Amino acid sequence: MKAIDDLLLQFPYATVEQKDKFYSVSVPKENIHETASALRNNDTVPFDFLIDIVGMDYGDTLGVIYILSSSLYPTYILRLKTETPEREDPLLDSLHELWDSAGLYEREVHDFFGIRFINHPDMRRLFLRQDWKGYPLRKDYDADPAINPIPMDNEDLDDMENIPVIEVNHGQKFEHQHKLFEADEYVVNFGPQHPATHGVLHLRVSLDGEIIKKIDPIFGYIHRGIEKMCETYAYPQMLHLPDRMDYVSGPINRHGLCLAIEKGLELEVPERAHYIRTIIDELGRIASHLLGWGCIAMDMGAITAFVYGMRDREKIMDIFEETCGGRLMANYSVIGGVMADIHPNFQRKVKEFIPYMRKMLKEHHLLFTGNPIARDRMDGVGYLSKEKAIALGATGPTGRASGWSNDIRKIEPYAAYPHVDFKEMLRTDGMTFDRYVIRLDEIAESLHIIEQLIDNIPEGDYAAKTKAVIRLPEGEYFQRVENARGEFDVYINSRGDKYPYRVKFRSPSMTLVNTLKAIAVETKVADLIMLGGSLDYVVPCIDR
Amino acid sequence: MDVKDIRIKNMKTEDFKENEYLEEYVRELRANGVNVVVSKLDDLINWGRSNSVWPLTFATSCCGIEFMCLGAARYDFARFGWEVTRNSPRQADVVFCCGTIVHKMAPVLKRLYEQMAEPKYVMAFGSCAISGGPFKKSYHTVMGVDQIIPVDVYIPGCPPRPDAMIYGMMQLARKIKLQEFFRLPKQPHPENQKEFTAAFNDTNENVEKGGNQ
Ligand code: SF4
Repeated sequence: MKAIDDLLLQFPYATVEQKDKFYSVSVPKENIHETASALRNNDTVPFDFLIDIVGMDYGDTLGVIYILSSSLYPTYILRLKTETPEREDPLLDSLHELWDSAGLYEREVHDFFGIRFINHPDMRRLFLRQDWKGYPLRKDYDADPAINPIPMDNEDLDDMENIPVIEVNHGQKFEHQHKLFEADEYVVNFGPQHPATHGVLHLRVSLDGEIIKKIDPIFGYIHRGIEKMCETYAYPQMLHLPDRMDYVSGPINRHGLCLAIEKGLELEVPERAHYIRTIIDELGRIASHLLGWGCIAMDMGAITAFVYGMRDREKIMDIFEETCGGRLMANYSVIGGVMADIHPNFQRKVKEFIPYMRKMLKEHHLLFTGNPIARDRMDGVGYLSKEKAIALGATGPTGRASGWSNDIRKIEPYAAYPHVDFKEMLRTDGMTFDRYVIRLDEIAESLHIIEQLIDNIPEGDYAAKTKAVIRLPEGEYFQRVENARGEFDVYINSRGDKYPYRVKFRSPSMTLVNTLKAIAVETKVADLIMLGGSLDYVVPCIDR
Repeated sequence: MDVKDIRIKNMKTEDFKENEYLEEYVRELRANGVNVVVSKLDDLINWGRSNSVWPLTFATSCCGIEFMCLGAARYDFARFGWEVTRNSPRQADVVFCCGTIVHKMAPVLKRLYEQMAEPKYVMAFGSCAISGGPFKKSYHTVMGVDQIIPVDVYIPGCPPRPDAMIYGMMQLARKIKLQEFFRLPKQPHPENQKEFTAAFNDTNENVEKGGNQ
């Protein structure tokens, strides 16, 4: 695009590559801050949405890739790269003040690669314990269990609260530490074992009376090292992992990974597989939203809604079980298509499900949406503005409830989405109620999508033939899909091997916890759980 | 009726796949001579206990969703008196260990277990809790909860179906029925915890071979 080309001319030191709508800009590490702020703060194409930060170990150098997009031109993606030859104590400039989401991502890079970010306000590890030895995603990491045995003692609270900061002034490095909470602050621990955290999330909440002053989320209680494992797996082997990250919209994640690999292989996927995958994805989305609906209602104390949501979800589980073989873990997409053809009952059952779900949706609205108590709790609480949503990278229903049009199914239609007619659900108020109701609206829209596809599944193969050993040509592959929580992205860096060199998943839930931090401050502590429920994050997806 | 029996109301003994291990145990108990009065009292208490087991709501990942299905209307573990899920370990009888346990979580789980009052039980749900499952190759996964706490019943699957979970629950119910309530094992001293765990693991291997395949 002309505007982006012009913009990039400003950086004479940068090496620019372009392939379709992907720009790749490498800059020396001294210029990273200047380049990034010019990209972020310009009027023509402001790159205001930081999709993700990928840490890289290139062998001799360590680097980071900032994957950027603009809310004005969401189809264009720019990868801003920089690297440092230093391996002992690598330092890079922090960009946390340009995007609200960058802070967490940089902490993740620090945790995995040991890169420290200058001027970052909080350089603690993100997932692993502060006393963990080594940086697991480096290529020379020693995974010997003797170095990091299973800890039997609780993590030291001091370690959790001491915040290291690195500053550089006139080439001189200063390190200092400060405390997260003042001595007289009233801090409540919430999690990791708590029924309403939707997984094992640990929040440390500082309170003034019942008003929340500060939230410090602590992740990593379910960090399973998926990205590192991917590097040791052949492509077909790693397919089962994304299913288990965000298990409630598992089929969609797996679909995303398959699409990324297929992109690399330039594999033609049969139309039939595209249709089947899309239907399964949408069923998965409905199942996920039903669970989300049940959970937010339960978070407010309405247990009945949860039971109703689960009841309807079981219908989808039955359909999954027949066709995919698994209830929760569909394990259905494979490279080139789907695992097996649809069950003879599939179409009939899905067609029965559509009117059933429509009827039930009405009931759900009657039961809960119109309930004055529920409305009182949700209306006017937890406001998230559109600008804030973009800066935080709060994709998916959360962003759309604030008026940010970010549906990847519309932006970059994949699978069978180009063939269907559907609306992107948008609301403008950005309140808890909007985030709640948009999920129910999306269920209705998903039913509409399935209805258009179910009778038109083309004949033919359900999977393309692939080689026994899959090698991805050298290069970087990036695929975006829309899962039930937001944008799920797969980044694969291949060096032409059987195994990927680096795999990175963008978890939509991670930015949602950051969003919780932003919207829950200055609200009452009693609303915290409900606000979390309205964002509907899944913790294993964050921790990966 | 004999004292000490593995029969439970909710499921026929023949329907369990393997009964040998528990039958053997019953024989052993009887052979050692049972005090009829104490045993009858035992049976009464155990009857009550095995029909009102309170689980701790503890789920770290995917298997937790199947656990939620188990609690919802279709599978409904309230039928067996297991529905009173407790959020505090101090009120729970059994911890359903649903999901992967990682290094950072290990001390937390151990502490939860230690906070529970005796008699307490642990069920390992899903391959992750049994052995690390799909995350066997990871640097941060605990290869099975039995490395940290003793486990009573293993339920394989990724995730196990709710039906399988019910089967596991029934196994635990039978195990509870056989317990000599008035001679419960003492809480081990923390220093002996290791041997204690090892001893438990031995028994557990038998359970796994005997009851859950
Ligand atoms: S056993 Fe499977 S479903 Fe259960 S927690 Fe592990 S990965 Fe998830």
